[in-house]
Amino acid sequence: MLKINNLVVSYGGIEALKGIDLEVEEGKIVTLVGANGAGKSTTLRTIMGLVKPVSGSILYDGKDLLKEKTQNLTRYGLNLVPEGRRVFADLTVLENLKIGAYCRKDTKGIKEDLEWVFSLFPILKERVWQLSGTLSGGEQQMLAVGRALMARPRLLMMDEPSLGLAPLIVKDIFRIIQEIHKQGVTILLIEQNANAALHIADVGYVMETGRITLKGSGKELLTNEEVKAAYLGHSVKKVI
Amino acid sequence: MRRNTILTAIALLLLIGFLAFADNFFDLYLVRILNLCAIYAILGLSMNLINGFTGLFSLGHAGFMAVGAYVTALLTIPPDVKKQIFYMTPIMSPLDVMNLPFPLALLVGGLLTAFVAYLIGAPALKLKGDYLAIATLGFGEIIRVIFTNTQSITNGALGLKGIPNTTNLWWSFGTALFTLVVIASLIRSSYGRALMAIREDEVAAESMGIHLAKHKNLSFIIGAFFAGIGGGLLGNLLGTIDPKMFTFTLTFNILLIIVLGGMGSLSGSVISAFVVTIANEWLRFLDEQINLGFMVIQGKVGTRMVVFSVLLMVVVLFYRNGLMGNRELTWDQLCNSKIWRGLSARKRGTAIAEGGEK
Repeated sequence: MLKINNLVVSYGGIEALKGIDLEVEEGKIVTLVGANGAGKSTTLRTIMGLVKPVSGSILYDGKDLLKEKTQNLTRYGLNLVPEGRRVFADLTVLENLKIGAYCRKDTKGIKEDLEWVFSLFPILKERVWQLSGTLSGGEQQMLAVGRALMARPRLLMMDEPSLGLAPLIVKDIFRIIQEIHKQGVTILLIEQNANAALHIADVGYVMETGRITLKGSGKELLTNEEVKAAYLGHSVKKVI
Repeated sequence: MRRNTILTAIALLLLIGFLAFADNFFDLYLVRILNLCAIYAILGLSMNLINGFTGLFSLGHAGFMAVGAYVTALLTIPPDVKKQIFYMTPIMSPLDVMNLPFPLALLVGGLLTAFVAYLIGAPALKLKGDYLAIATLGFGEIIRVIFTNTQSITNGALGLKGIPNTTNLWWSFGTALFTLVVIASLIRSSYGRALMAIREDEVAAESMGIHLAKHKNLSFIIGAFFAGIGGGLLGNLLGTIDPKMFTFTLTFNILLIIVLGGMGSLSGSVISAFVVTIANEWLRFLDEQINLGFMVIQGKVGTRMVVFSVLLMVVVLFYRNGLMGNRELTWDQLCNSKIWRGLSARKRGTAIAEGGEK
């Protein structure tokens, strides 16, 4: 569905991505884990067309994404849940959700999806008239996910959905990601919380300083010693 | 829903009644102030669309008004009067005979202003924040300088005189109402939500599929259109215009109105347009000699503007949301407000008490 080939991105001479290859197959949950500064967010930003790469290609259903404008991606079913939630703070929850469906014209479908989002996140239904800036962090994250779902995406990309949330809410978010996936949405998940992300992922990629160092199924990576040492923290204890 | 329609109808009837009364019985001074209030409401609403709702910090409003005012004036001044005012340099050939009825001239003025905004917006709206403010401020000044120097079109620094005083209460309030309805329905549509999304977060808005440049231009052009119409109404109210009228101070006045009223609140802009315009007249006593009994303060012209400057500072420091913030005054809100509920509860209470006695 999404295929990245030898992508190189640099910010003013410093290479953030040093030629990465990544593939997202339809119907899978793919996760990209890595430490701070590994280039995870840069990868997403490049897919969305917010950063122009030096070389490489990004294909989505055979289309060259690098030639597409950011605002058109939604029409192809490619949606982003941005890092740090970025809800429209001075608008109500309902308005936020409606903006998510901005590109759609089918009133009936929008209504259905609104109900679907409310069934996934009942808390949002209780707060439809509240300004989204006054929601808690977890609720804002739910709103950001719900907003992206309103566009009825085929590929949903999430940038650190667990960032800054309490462990219980993180668990909730990951459960909901799985639920969304069951509805037939392909998911590209970018996470620092490698443990949780790899548990639900079909395919995992590990990134380090601009390169993809490991690729495998979620389970494989969870048991991989290197990954454990670097991200999961089990073997570190043994060393100490 | 039904109740709101009825209330709106009643309010409209009251407004029409009031205007008819004011038109016949108020003296010219009061009528002029009311006209100015309505015109400033139009200007405030249009600037609020650009600055408050779309979050584009534009300071080119005086320039837009100038375009609208000049176009409307040139199209409504009778040809023989034109010959008299253009005594330094004769007026250019097609303009000297052109004459349109007032509403048409106003519309042409608005459309031309919108076109100018389109030309300015295409490059300038790529800028953000302070840079956009500086660029639009510059464009406003450029328009003014051009008008000062195109003697054969605008009569240069001499200005235009003898503009027919067509603007009356019906025109100004009618246009203000029309502006309010158009902008309010724009804000409530999905376009309006997109504009507010751009104000909140451009990156997130773009990834929702909102075309940034298109929507910013749309808001800028519609805002400019109404600014042009406001300018045209102002020109035909005052009867004379010259380039010095359209300096930055004018933009500042409108900015003051929308900041006081609340960026992102239409009702706030309307209320604040009335308050500021009326206060501007009422505070005129500050410009004159004040006799306190034990001492006499010699008045200085412009003292009243100090009041507004101080007020603006206080608002920015302590009430950053202004009068209304980004809330709107709606019938539902009014009916649910404490005062109204208190009143109706008391009425119901007495009714019950009376019923009990019987």
